[in-house]
Amino acid sequence: MTALLEVRDLQAHYVSFGGERVVKAVEGVSFTLEEGETLGVVGESGCGKTTTCQAIVNLLPPPGRIVGGSIAFAGEELTRKSQREMRHIRGAQIAMILQDPMASLNPLFSIYRQVSEPAYYHRALRGRGLRERVRELLNAVRIPSPAMRMREYPHQMSGGMRQRIVGAIALAGGPRLIIADEPTTNLDVTIQAQYLDLLKELQDKTGVAIIFITHNLGIVARMCDKLAVMYAGKIVEAGTVRELFNAPRHPYTKALLGSMPKLGSKEKLLAIPGHPPDLATLPPGCAFHPRCPEALPTCATAEPPEIQVIGSWSARCWRAEPQEISATDATTDSAKDIHAAAAVGD
Amino acid sequence: MTQFIIRRTFYALISLFILSVTIFAIVRLTGDPVTMLAEPGARAEDLDRLRAEWGLDRSWPVQYLTFAKNVFTGDLGKSFNYQMPVSTLYFQRLPASLQLALAATFISFIIGIPAGLISAVKVNSAWDNAGKVVALFGLAVPGFWLGLVMILIFSVWLGWLPTSGQGGILHLIMPSVALGWYFAASLLRLTRSSMLEVMRSEYIKLARLKGLPGYVVIAVHAFKNALIPVLTLAGINLVVMINAGVIIEVIFAWPGIGRLLYEGIFQRDFPLVQGVVIQAGIMIVLINLTIDILYAYIDPRIRLAK
Ligand SMILES: Nc1ncnc2c1ncn2[C@@H]1O[C@H](COP(=O)(O)OP(=O)(O)O)[C@@H](O)[C@H]1O
Ligand code: SF4
Ligand SMILES: [Mg+2]
Repeated sequence: MTALLEVRDLQAHYVSFGGERVVKAVEGVSFTLEEGETLGVVGESGCGKTTTCQAIVNLLPPPGRIVGGSIAFAGEELTRKSQREMRHIRGAQIAMILQDPMASLNPLFSIYRQVSEPAYYHRALRGRGLRERVRELLNAVRIPSPAMRMREYPHQMSGGMRQRIVGAIALAGGPRLIIADEPTTNLDVTIQAQYLDLLKELQDKTGVAIIFITHNLGIVARMCDKLAVMYAGKIVEAGTVRELFNAPRHPYTKALLGSMPKLGSKEKLLAIPGHPPDLATLPPGCAFHPRCPEALPTCATAEPPEIQVIGSWSARCWRAEPQEISATDATTDSAKDIHAAAAVGD
Repeated sequence: MTQFIIRRTFYALISLFILSVTIFAIVRLTGDPVTMLAEPGARAEDLDRLRAEWGLDRSWPVQYLTFAKNVFTGDLGKSFNYQMPVSTLYFQRLPASLQLALAATFISFIIGIPAGLISAVKVNSAWDNAGKVVALFGLAVPGFWLGLVMILIFSVWLGWLPTSGQGGILHLIMPSVALGWYFAASLLRLTRSSMLEVMRSEYIKLARLKGLPGYVVIAVHAFKNALIPVLTLAGINLVVMINAGVIIEVIFAWPGIGRLLYEGIFQRDFPLVQGVVIQAGIMIVLINLTIDILYAYIDPRIRLAK
């Protein structure tokens, strides 16, 4: 069976000044997502998470361009599709939830209009069927008295409600994948937790797959099956949440876990000394070496290859090594760790 | 909503008060109208009699209060020169100015808004550059110069269009282009920048992410938001064009309000100048109020506010 989403060697660059400045925001990203699965993507600001998502739906802001690799969605190659063809994928098959709930809603249109659009354009619903669909969606995201609320406007809603409406918009076209780009960053702690529970519940009901971009590893522990850690345009370590939380192989993953904030804390993952590199002028060798506490001499000159640790677990580090097959019993402790991690937030 | 209108009306009255005091003082600084309007060689007693008749012998505060009281009762005063009520004169000239201003507004709309939209949607393309040139030209080239050049080309050389006066549609073409020119350029610039700003917003990103057709994203989601500042400018432009198309009206001998004002200033016809300016002020205030109400119609944040 083909995976729902298979991204191979994706490269997306921002080229400016007539080609003089090339920001390699996404440089060789690969990952696979199955139907109904949740992938967490973490990494400091500016490492290419948003660009990866925008590339998937082929909506990179200028001067961004996909320069290489492939994106197969349900077996169809998206990088070769025209904008017109992509329009039937966006909102219908792949929906996105953006960070800022107030700014994501058009102030001049009613909630009904905004929630109904994906259903109108992608599912050809009209009239009473459309109203019924919007009411169901608002119900599903727990908007009280939806029949009345859908006649209102964004400014009449609280921040948490607006975020849930953005969630309803994402669901409206009946997508198979939702990409949520830091969807809770601007919400306060209790609302954040409620929102995450709601997303999880909706996922259980609809079987939609989710890519969850976040700064917060507490959220990853609570929400995700798999985790990809990004640094300087590359996925430096990927595997199941269990594997990475229990025995991270990449020093950057270790550092992120070491600086893990509590769920709901506004604090960003910036406790790692130093800054991420400028993606237009990457250092030679491993991009992390100037900040890496475990750097080897080779790290400054040669880029580490992707090492397969075990199964789908991989790491880009000279220190990473394939794991012996016999060591499978590690999973029992890791389950404990995840619960500990999730408990931090509760 | 009612409260909103009451508040706006109150502000409007304050601005009209300031305007009336200012124009009252300014016309009186231009000199003595009596010397201008009396026959040459008139005796000093005759001049004094005229001053008394026009109320100019009284102190400024008394004159102002009389003026203000009359305005409140709808009486803008009587022109020294025409010996007719100013409001009669104003409304005699209004249709001509209105016709010209509406034609100029139409021209500024059909040039400015689509060009601004295209410039924004195709930003940094050849279209956008052409738009920039038009905007620059429109703002830099004065309307009267354009008017004179057009008269030279289309009337004198080609003989296609009449040089001056009011008449059919042919009379209207050159003055309305000359008058609407500047406003087309300013609408173009504002539409472009307003659209660009809206197109960068998160809700436009989300509209695209929803997979809406491109024209819905641009013409519905973006344009409605971008229209808000454009609407204000268009309304103000219209009023400015009605009341201040002075130079264009003079060049094309257009019998409108602008030319009436021009005559009034030259003849120190105090009631005429004061009256025309106050009338213009009242119109600007009314148009602004209408625009505010239109805003409320477009924007639920205003409409539904307490
Ligand atoms: N529109 C753009 N033009 C030029 N560079 C951009 C643009 N958007 C993002 N970038 C650059 O691409 C890199 C990755 O950005 P982004 O994908 O937003 O990272 P993240 O979402 O992980 O914070 C950053 O270095 C950023 O400066
Ligand atoms: S390759 Fe070297 S510098 Fe890079 S993370 Fe591994 S040990 Fe650190
Ligand atoms: Mg981002």
